[in-house]
Amino acid sequence: MRPILMKGHERPLTFLKYNREGDLLFSCAKDSTPTVWFADNGERLGTYKGHNGAVWCCDISRDSTLLITGCADQTAKLWDVQTGTQLYSFNFDSPVRAVDFSVGDKFAVITTDPFMEHSSSIQVKTIAEDVSEQTSESVLTIRGPQGRINRAVWGPLNQTIISAGEDAVIRIWDSETGKVLKESDKEIGHAKPITSLSKSADGSHFITGSSDKSARLWDIRTLTLLKTYVTERPVNACAISPLLDHVVIGGGQEATHVTMTSHRAGKFEAKFFHKILQEEIGGVKGHFGPINALAFNPDGRSFSSGGEDGYVRLHHFDPDYFSIKM
Amino acid sequence: MAAVMAMPDVEAAAQRLGINLSSVDLDDIRLPPGDDFGIPSDDDEDLLAREELEFESGFGNVVVVDNLPVVPPEKFEKLENVVRKIYSQIGVIKEDGFWMPTNPETKKTLGYCFIEYNTPQEAELAREKTNGYKLDKSHIFAVNLFDDFDKFMKVPDQWTPAEIKPYVPVENLHKWLTDEKGRDQYVICAGQETEVLWNDARQLKPELVYRRSQWTESFVQWSPLGTYLATMHRQGVAIWGGGSTFNRIMRYAHALVRLIDFSPGERYLVTYSSHEPNGPRDTHRVVLNIFDTRTGKVMRDFKGNADEFMTGTAGGVSGVSWPVFRWGGGKDDKYFARIGKNVISVYETETFSLVDKKSMKVENVVDFCWSPADPILALFVPELGGGNQPARVSLVQIPGKEELRQKNLFSVSDCKMYWQSNGEYLAVKVDRYTKTKKSTYTGFELFRIKERDIPIEVLELENKNDKIVAFAWEPKGHRFAVIHGDNPRPDISFYSMRTTHNSGRVSKLTTLKGKQANALYWSPAGRFVILAGLKGFNGQLEFYNVDELETMATAEHFMATDIEWDPTGRYVATSVTSVHEMENGFNIWSFNGKLLYRIPRDHFRQFLWRPRPPSLLSAEKEEEISKNLKKYSKKYEAEDQDVSLLLSEQDREKRKMLKDEWERWVKEWKRLYDEEKAERRRLRDGEASDEEEEYEAKEVEVEEILDSVEEVVP
Repeated sequence: MRPILMKGHERPLTFLKYNREGDLLFSCAKDSTPTVWFADNGERLGTYKGHNGAVWCCDISRDSTLLITGCADQTAKLWDVQTGTQLYSFNFDSPVRAVDFSVGDKFAVITTDPFMEHSSSIQVKTIAEDVSEQTSESVLTIRGPQGRINRAVWGPLNQTIISAGEDAVIRIWDSETGKVLKESDKEIGHAKPITSLSKSADGSHFITGSSDKSARLWDIRTLTLLKTYVTERPVNACAISPLLDHVVIGGGQEATHVTMTSHRAGKFEAKFFHKILQEEIGGVKGHFGPINALAFNPDGRSFSSGGEDGYVRLHHFDPDYFSIKM
Repeated sequence: MAAVMAMPDVEAAAQRLGINLSSVDLDDIRLPPGDDFGIPSDDDEDLLAREELEFESGFGNVVVVDNLPVVPPEKFEKLENVVRKIYSQIGVIKEDGFWMPTNPETKKTLGYCFIEYNTPQEAELAREKTNGYKLDKSHIFAVNLFDDFDKFMKVPDQWTPAEIKPYVPVENLHKWLTDEKGRDQYVICAGQETEVLWNDARQLKPELVYRRSQWTESFVQWSPLGTYLATMHRQGVAIWGGGSTFNRIMRYAHALVRLIDFSPGERYLVTYSSHEPNGPRDTHRVVLNIFDTRTGKVMRDFKGNADEFMTGTAGGVSGVSWPVFRWGGGKDDKYFARIGKNVISVYETETFSLVDKKSMKVENVVDFCWSPADPILALFVPELGGGNQPARVSLVQIPGKEELRQKNLFSVSDCKMYWQSNGEYLAVKVDRYTKTKKSTYTGFELFRIKERDIPIEVLELENKNDKIVAFAWEPKGHRFAVIHGDNPRPDISFYSMRTTHNSGRVSKLTTLKGKQANALYWSPAGRFVILAGLKGFNGQLEFYNVDELETMATAEHFMATDIEWDPTGRYVATSVTSVHEMENGFNIWSFNGKLLYRIPRDHFRQFLWRPRPPSLLSAEKEEEISKNLKKYSKKYEAEDQDVSLLLSEQDREKRKMLKDEWERWVKEWKRLYDEEKAERRRLRDGEASDEEEEYEAKEVEVEEILDSVEEVVP
């Protein structure tokens, strides 16, 4: 089907997230206004105004009532999804890069960038049921890894936190004590900064994308490398299909080089790979800048991509897609 | 490192010998050259060779001039002035750099003197220029570098017979030709790695033969018959080859070598280096060596000013047009020639001297090229005197130097010569001025070399104003292709030098209109040609069959920069080298345009098929085989089928294995996932649904009364 072009952002997209039911799509961009769309027809439902900087990441609670956003204005904010009112603002000393709700939505993990004299950190906040009781205290603060932490997510049963970032190492932390439980092997892991990390629908494995032009699939408990997908471009975004054994990988040459070559040379396609066979299935063209964000609808029948070009493209799969034989 | 002494040991030893270590600068100690004090060095021999070059006694810029007249003191000054005058022409003699010793008894000079320059280059030049200089009849200078004296002193007075080395059987250097599957090899350079691979088209993948990191410092090159692979190093060139792996066969010392060229029969290797001037007084020098490939001996060296090696039309920008020496006379490597100002110097390899002891004088010659098969030179002389003397193209036979054929051409702006690979035809592309002299148009002069009197035919395109983008002869054939046209989609025409009903005339076969192509790549076996749109056309490829005049396939290798046919004409490689940052790597295609496999490699620099020597079969035998092709091909078709069956079987098994493995993993995960079910529910405040899918979408209509006003209507 023809993709639906959603032009609502004025700056490059940074992140896309569907709610659990798959009827809403939340998009973050560098233009400081996270936007919510109808995931079916791409109609804009509303925006969340209040940030003052690039919004890097967001997450939505299981019941689709609460939205958390992380922003370069050194805050992470909680929003009422329905009304768009800002409920609470966590203030930090440096830009916020990643946010993620725990199972049960009682906690949120937030990472902050290294900035001035502050090193990067991973912080866990409790999310109060009643907003009026919300505090900004951190339950846990982890400092340690060098460089930016581009993504941090909760592991099974909220027992662990998985982080990945500029130092190309994936770490599993104990969410109680803040100790490193596992680290990815330098030999088999990524060679260059990890740009994205995305969990499977059941949370059993996750995929990481890296500037080393590959994406890798890992077991979330043991951190064993399951699969490697090699592409010809730096990977900025990746996602796992909840329905079929497919993964989608997007990226392209660095944004700073984009204007120097034709858009075909930049490899701005979203590439589909067979998750198990690691073979390329096909590609979806359209963006004229690198792809920065990818997300599958939880029903696996559509996906959306967000590019450096400021567009979100919403693709509903054709019936042929579901009958691809490998 | 063999025996490294620990510091405490050193200190102990020093105390024993009564040496105060603190007063010794350890870095300043120089061991006498040649003595290793029993400590064997494990440095690579290459390193040692380089070291040797740097061992200089500090007199590297001193020359010794012998055979000077012996003069009394009153004439000393006069002689000094004469000698100084000669030698200061070559370079600047250092202050106090002139010393002519005298006999303390007779006060007469001893007949020799020392001259010190500022640089060893100047000294070397002085030696070259003035050795054998005739001051007068009885005084012929013998000039040597001071550093060379040691070497000369060591020459034993008695002649000893050369040691005869026992015969060592060498590896079969042509082993690769005996491959059972008849595959071809190619070499690739990517990043620091250099790899030689088999092209296993049946298995749709390459098979590694040999890989080596940092094998070469700049590029690699096959010898023309494929026997050797040459690698470039700071110290010189090395060639490699052998049965199963690549062993070093020979090294050719040539410091800072930049370019190399093998003779067509790979008997000789020409190496070139260029030495930029160090200072304002220094000249830009170039050095060329011609080595015998097998013995490694320098057969002849050429040194000189870079200007001497520039060809007339090159525009005079720095650098020479490579190859400087062009080899002629087919595969026998009999002659080589180079162009100079108003001369063409033809050398023969028997004596490595000029044919007839002198160069051929050709006023204003700007270009020449050898016939690929015969010792015939084609040369081009442009118009002179504003058109009074016409431009001409002539064919000259070597060694007789007689002119076989000459053609005068009028109002010519430029000429390009193209030989057919068998030397049967020569096409000369002539750009002529139009009457107004404001623009040019192009025509072709076609020479039939093998026919009596060498008839010449003139060919003009239908549209005379078309620009010629590319021209190419069919290898070993009688056809050629021309890309012509000014617009972005030029036309391509095919011509034949002999058609059945018109054997003596050139005739057009067809014209393809509006193609996205700017380069022509004929299969080495003829018949097929790739019409390629490189660079601006982003790598459009059209595989064309000239026998049937039909397109077999169109394809694209995005951003392709290079195309190379394998020596048999069965496969084609297209590659994107590191001129771009993205898409580096290469594709292998079948001759009819089917993509067989693609290999992406970062920093991809070079792709070269290993050439094959010419077939040993006679032309009749080849004809016979191609007639009975069906009989032979059966066997190979069966083999092909076996392989493809095997491949699909392997593929199926691999997939099954991967799927099974995944199933196992998922099962294990499910087990753990179920165990944690209760815990997860607790975390979600007892929300019953665990399965992500189990939710219902309900449509709820909510009515909200915003305002209600009751009004009494009067």
